[in-house]
Amino acid sequence: MNRLLNVSPSPHVSGDYSIKKIMYGVVLALIPALATSIWFFGLGALIVTLVSIASCMLFEFLIQKYIIKVEPTIWDGSAILTGLLLAFNVPSNLPIAIIVIGALIAIGVGKLSFGGLGQNPFNPALVGRVFLLISFPVQMTSWPVSKGILTRYADAITGATPLGVIKEGLKNGEAFSSLMDQIPSHMQLFMGQMGGSLGEISALALLLGFAFMLFRKIITWHIPVFMIATIYIFSGILHLANPTHFADPLFHIVTGGALLGAIYMATDMVTSPMTPKGMAIFAIGIGVITVLIRTFGAYPEGVSFAILIMNAFVPIINRYIKPKRFGEEVSNGR
Amino acid sequence: MLKTFRKGGVHPAENKFSANAAIVNAEIPKVAHIPLGQHIGAPANPVVKKGDQVKVGQLLAQSSGFVSANIHSSVSGTVAKIDNVIDSSGFSRQSIVINVEGDEWLESISKTDEVIDDLSHTPEDILKKIKEAGIVGLGGATFPSHIKLAPPPGKTAEVLLINGVECEPYLTADHRLMFERGEEMLIGTMLIMKALKVNRGGIGIENNKPDAIKNLTELAKKYDGIDIVPLKVKYPQGGEKQLIKAVINREIPSGALPIEVGAVVHNVATAYAVYEAIQKNKPLFERVVTVTGKSVKNPSNLLVRIGTPTKQLIEAAGGLPSDTGKVVSGGPMMGKSLSTLDTPISKGSSGVLLFREEEAKRRSVEPCIRCSKCVSVCPMGLEPYLLMTLAENQIWDRSEEEKTMDCIECGSCMYTCPADRPLLDYIRLSKASVGKIIRSRNKPV
Repeated sequence: MNRLLNVSPSPHVSGDYSIKKIMYGVVLALIPALATSIWFFGLGALIVTLVSIASCMLFEFLIQKYIIKVEPTIWDGSAILTGLLLAFNVPSNLPIAIIVIGALIAIGVGKLSFGGLGQNPFNPALVGRVFLLISFPVQMTSWPVSKGILTRYADAITGATPLGVIKEGLKNGEAFSSLMDQIPSHMQLFMGQMGGSLGEISALALLLGFAFMLFRKIITWHIPVFMIATIYIFSGILHLANPTHFADPLFHIVTGGALLGAIYMATDMVTSPMTPKGMAIFAIGIGVITVLIRTFGAYPEGVSFAILIMNAFVPIINRYIKPKRFGEEVSNGR
Repeated sequence: MLKTFRKGGVHPAENKFSANAAIVNAEIPKVAHIPLGQHIGAPANPVVKKGDQVKVGQLLAQSSGFVSANIHSSVSGTVAKIDNVIDSSGFSRQSIVINVEGDEWLESISKTDEVIDDLSHTPEDILKKIKEAGIVGLGGATFPSHIKLAPPPGKTAEVLLINGVECEPYLTADHRLMFERGEEMLIGTMLIMKALKVNRGGIGIENNKPDAIKNLTELAKKYDGIDIVPLKVKYPQGGEKQLIKAVINREIPSGALPIEVGAVVHNVATAYAVYEAIQKNKPLFERVVTVTGKSVKNPSNLLVRIGTPTKQLIEAAGGLPSDTGKVVSGGPMMGKSLSTLDTPISKGSSGVLLFREEEAKRRSVEPCIRCSKCVSVCPMGLEPYLLMTLAENQIWDRSEEEKTMDCIECGSCMYTCPADRPLLDYIRLSKASVGKIIRSRNKPV
């Protein structure tokens, strides 16, 4: 009965969570959105997505192996997820060279320059996306018109996004209600039939993934709900104050990157706060900034910038917003 | 809606394989190693020497201070030596080694199996007997019970809570005790209530033990003031603070004891030991121990004499499985892993758990992805990831501000961490370091 026993402090069991399960869980949750995107934008969506994922993994491998000189971790799912989210945030007809540059910035600058997984203050996919938006504004805002699955990658017809149409129209002094005739109905917008970034178009598919992530306990409801509610309330107040000049709140939610950002980008664990209260503050901040940029800023869309700005506040939120300690405020009914 | 505590908590796989195994007497060992320090506080002073003949129940070592407890012999025979033996804490501690001859009990101890429901003892009498019998908290913390029964000046107890939660996976010793010796346990509870001069008692039991809940609810009708409170299954509900929150919805302030909110908590096995001490004049020298594991042939609940070597219990449960990689004394969440199977069973040993080789090793540590799961499961509302980072960087003043001393070491954070980070290891380091600083600060100059 003499065996060499393992000795370690408690606990001696651990749950079945793992980083891989979380990362691949999010990837799985994004599959419906990818499928809708291919349905509306054709093979271009698939090409852009695959190129983005492959180049994110390749850059992660090269930089980890030859520059940082650590064991590459390309299969932990985080580079795949960054690639997928980067692709979701660009037009489905983006030239391959630009995608590759975006992937290099996302992985190299956004993630690995800070020390890799868990260390980056900003969402890597958004770092890549915003870099591309500023560097290649023309290509990054040539949105292919949704023509169906047979649309070819190279010669897609481009047009403006609903948010772009509204922004341009309002700037020219047109009324919101008359502009609504130029864009699809709310129902069509909800299903995803509109121009826009590859993965942001179908609210339905994105919500499906949200339900899946909630079910698998990958994320909590706090950030998406607070962010969407803030956008709804803030834009709703503006719309009530001046319906001809400001878009209605539902329009703000089903268009652009609001849902993609709320469900998949703002909830990125690494770059969001640690407590429910902190998450609420973070999400409300994103909602407010998004509406400000969309209605008063130069760009028609502001979700990416809003998330990156609030990412910067996460350390300070974590420093001052503490969970309620056990026994902190005791009334005990006596 | 079942009651439970509100903040945090996890639900590990229950794996209560031995839930239906009736308590059986374990064989008396050939040689018993009875440690002098089986409780929190100062080790007891031996009152026997080499060559002395001892009987079952005889005092071996006397409580040596305010926080200390008597140690009695669990066997009859000759004291072979007083020697250092590795106990379940992993440290080598002084123990009395007895060569067993026969099984001769002190005549004063009653060996009857009949239930004695004599409740006429005075509080002083009960208190005195509990102290003499060397009873300590049998849930695992082993705090001497008589101290908890004498509230400090200015504080009064209002309610006695009996901890029948057994929230640790695998363990079933308390469960079987409540099912098989329910009446004795209830009488023990009445006696403790009497000693505390309270007329309210609550027994919190998690809902995964329906037979025990049913049994006790039926029996409790006879005993005024005792409520059986079924609780939702959630770890660490057996923690004192969590149990009080769950049953009577009061929160103990940071750093305070349960008496602050008028509660005193004892384990079911302790209540049973009190019954035996008062009604049968029997000091604490045996306890129920669960021997279990996924590969164990006959998961069992054994009534074991203190000082029996662990390996003898493993033999009794069907032998050591060939794939054993780790043996734990206690539950999987808070138990201690043993370095040798010679380790004697002591008052605090609630279980012997055998883990397979593949369950025995920790997974490799990955970077923190700040998923905040550790924060959401912490039952004390702490931020384990932060306490670990602070400990890694030895920032102790900030660790104290972030309430590292409130940690109850339940291990929920580490259990839930997807990156398998050694959160609790670092928090223990942090508590030790901050505790040292606090003690030196409070020392009179």
